[in-house]
Amino acid sequence: MFLWLRRCYQAVFLLFFLFLVFASTSQFIRGYDVQWFLEIDPLVTLTTALSSHVLHHTLLWSLPLIVLTLVFGRFFCSWMCPMGVLHHVLGHLGRKRKVLQRVEQNAPRSSHKIKYAVLAVMLGLAAAGSVQIGLLDPIASTWRGLSVSVLPAASNTAYGLYQGERHFQWGTLVTIVFFGALALNFVYPRFYCRVLCPLGAFLGLLSKFSLFRISKDPSKCNECDVCGADCQGAADPQGTVRVTECMVCLNCTKGCKRGGLAYRFLPALKLSKVETDLSRRKWLTAGMAGVAAVPLMRASDGVDPRPNPARIRPPGALDEPDFLAKCLKCDACMKVCPTGGLQPALHEAGLEGFWSPILIPRIGYCEHSCTLCGQVCPTGAITHLKVADKVGEMPAKPPVRLGSAFFDKGRCLPWGYNTECIVCEEVCPTSPKAIYFKVETITARDGTQKTLKFPYVDLDHCTGCGTCENRCPVVDRAGVRVSAANESRTPKSSMSLTGGRI
Amino acid sequence: MTDRDPPRPGDVVPESRLREGGKNASGGDGAGADGIDRRALFRVGLTAAVAAGSVALGLGLRARDGHGRGKTLPKLKDHRVDKVQGALEMAIVRGPDPAANVRRAVEAMGGMGRFVKRGERVVIKPNIGWNRLPEQAANTNPEVVAEVVKLVAAAGASKIWVTDVSVNTPEQCFARSGIEKAAKAAGAIVVRPDAPAFREVDVAGKLLRTADILFPFVEADRVINIPVVKQHGLSGATMAMKNWYGMLGGQRVKLHQNIHLSIVDLASMIKPTLTIMDATRILLANGPTGGSLADVKQMDTIAVSSDEVALDAFGAGLLGLSPTSLGFIVEGMKAGLGTPEWRNLKFEELGG
Repeated sequence: MFLWLRRCYQAVFLLFFLFLVFASTSQFIRGYDVQWFLEIDPLVTLTTALSSHVLHHTLLWSLPLIVLTLVFGRFFCSWMCPMGVLHHVLGHLGRKRKVLQRVEQNAPRSSHKIKYAVLAVMLGLAAAGSVQIGLLDPIASTWRGLSVSVLPAASNTAYGLYQGERHFQWGTLVTIVFFGALALNFVYPRFYCRVLCPLGAFLGLLSKFSLFRISKDPSKCNECDVCGADCQGAADPQGTVRVTECMVCLNCTKGCKRGGLAYRFLPALKLSKVETDLSRRKWLTAGMAGVAAVPLMRASDGVDPRPNPARIRPPGALDEPDFLAKCLKCDACMKVCPTGGLQPALHEAGLEGFWSPILIPRIGYCEHSCTLCGQVCPTGAITHLKVADKVGEMPAKPPVRLGSAFFDKGRCLPWGYNTECIVCEEVCPTSPKAIYFKVETITARDGTQKTLKFPYVDLDHCTGCGTCENRCPVVDRAGVRVSAANESRTPKSSMSLTGGRI
Repeated sequence: MTDRDPPRPGDVVPESRLREGGKNASGGDGAGADGIDRRALFRVGLTAAVAAGSVALGLGLRARDGHGRGKTLPKLKDHRVDKVQGALEMAIVRGPDPAANVRRAVEAMGGMGRFVKRGERVVIKPNIGWNRLPEQAANTNPEVVAEVVKLVAAAGASKIWVTDVSVNTPEQCFARSGIEKAAKAAGAIVVRPDAPAFREVDVAGKLLRTADILFPFVEADRVINIPVVKQHGLSGATMAMKNWYGMLGGQRVKLHQNIHLSIVDLASMIKPTLTIMDATRILLANGPTGGSLADVKQMDTIAVSSDEVALDAFGAGLLGLSPTSLGFIVEGMKAGLGTPEWRNLKFEELGG
């Protein structure tokens, strides 16, 4: 009966997760807290708090999960985690037929402690100011896999009926990592959960103190080993149950025909094993490696010294070091962006910013009165702006700037080819328009006089939204392009003296 | 050693290949004995079938690839209604209530029943181009859209589409303009510009040959244009004729290279039943996007006519522009689409 209860919970939470992903579009989102799953993720809370020294208010949602884990153990993995459900189902891919072979598959292995090393590295990175947890966190991974890989493919096949046509630069990498993690079930069931998942590792550590535990009554055991046949966590129910590995799937309680295994309140301590098997030396080394990795990464790809012009951050993004201390790369902002212009960075933000969001205006521009990316950001790496604050009101209140537009006069139709155009001026959303034109008479090749409108950028009004670049009729590389220069999140990027800061 | 070589002594050969080799050997023996082999015959037949099939498939696929030859694209119908002797040709109504202005103007023109017959399918084309609020005057006023839908419904239309190709993100334009909600509440089917909503048609213009346009314009019996009056950097103004840009999919930004002629090409292709010009609020500067309320002027005016050039000339006056300074009005007149001398039409001005 409890097994069916668990399956119901799994189905409900997976469907709920899918609903939230689905609702995360400008059309359906309204006020839904679509990032609830990331907000209850205690590892997100811990790492972002470590790195940024502040706790984003929505992340208080993770406290109940911490308390529940302290009471019930690592139940999250087998009851709530959307990726855990996928692995639970796909675990059947690599599952052997015979009971004793399955017991063999589900035996504890020394490789299962790798996840604790992963966790230690992640915590080390966070302590040094860089959040990389989203690369492996199951919730961030699933969100990213669905929104950057699976849903765009499905929607594009269905004529873009859901969110229109979507393309993500090198989204293939996300596809490979996401499906690769699922395919690891061919090696043995729940390979990812057992070996790699840092959230599982963290919850496992918390489970050391859990009040409810699976435990075995040794007097009833005839050592048939059948309890291990479907153990999700490879928690060794045949021997001494390892609480750090046990996902409370309850399969063993059904497997034992003699009723020797049960989920009990405060069982005798000697009936469960709490050690992770990762030696203190390895814990420390992994953690220190994480700490050291940050200055090493920054010595190679600096956060500041040579900013990439293509590193155009979403509106409301914090200054780069603070942004990297909070951004999970969950890609929630990319999912909700109505134009699809927010894209996973590859090299643009350095190795540290891999898969973090950048705007690629040629793919999609920043919608003038839209602040959805800030609304969905679970950690506050992108602040939730009010529309009036984003748009501003010159000259009293400057707008939020992502960068600035620059004309490439060799590619612009009026400048380069003396052809009428001015689309950039037409679509420019600011008032007064940041792109304006001057009418000038020129002499054409055949000697005739021609009157043309030539476009210019007014730095004070340009928000770097990229609508001009997006709509420029010059295909591939546009005649007007946005670069991150003059972005307003840091005075260091300012090009003009208008703001009064140098 | 290739795959086909027989195993030699000393080779490690998988058991399966040994079995296979044995079978082949016995088959070969049989062929030698009979001279003709059923299996050989079967293989010849199979090869012939595959060859015939590939030829048929190739010819079939080639037939599908016509390089555009013989492909006839649909042309748009003429959506106009016959002129009635003595009827008003243009009505201008001023008053504080946009919906009442629409009702009075259409009534003055002889009522919607003159333009839409029972059972006809009607497409209504407001400007839903921009992610702006109604008071910013970048899109057609939602109250005007709703009132037109109601009048068309009351005239007995069997289907009413409201559609446009937005420049900004469509779902946000349709929502924030207030038009989607107002039109749906009034009983219209709102068609967003999703990829499957487009059909290729023959434009046969001076500049444009073909274009992808929203399907309601191909299917509808009657077309009602409800533009808003705005300043426009390149063309000077965007009103009735320029509003037909909003039917188009594809790379319509290329049209700016010859904006006046392309406006006239589109206006010549589509012959609307009626144009209801929304000058409730007009955009005087920073058009066609606007954004600041300082750019907006409250005019509380609705003008209705079947002559788009006349309406555009009237709208140019509201913007403080001389009609003949606008290239598309001059070109439209030359193409015989109407007259900029709107005062020469039989018109009536109703004050509020």
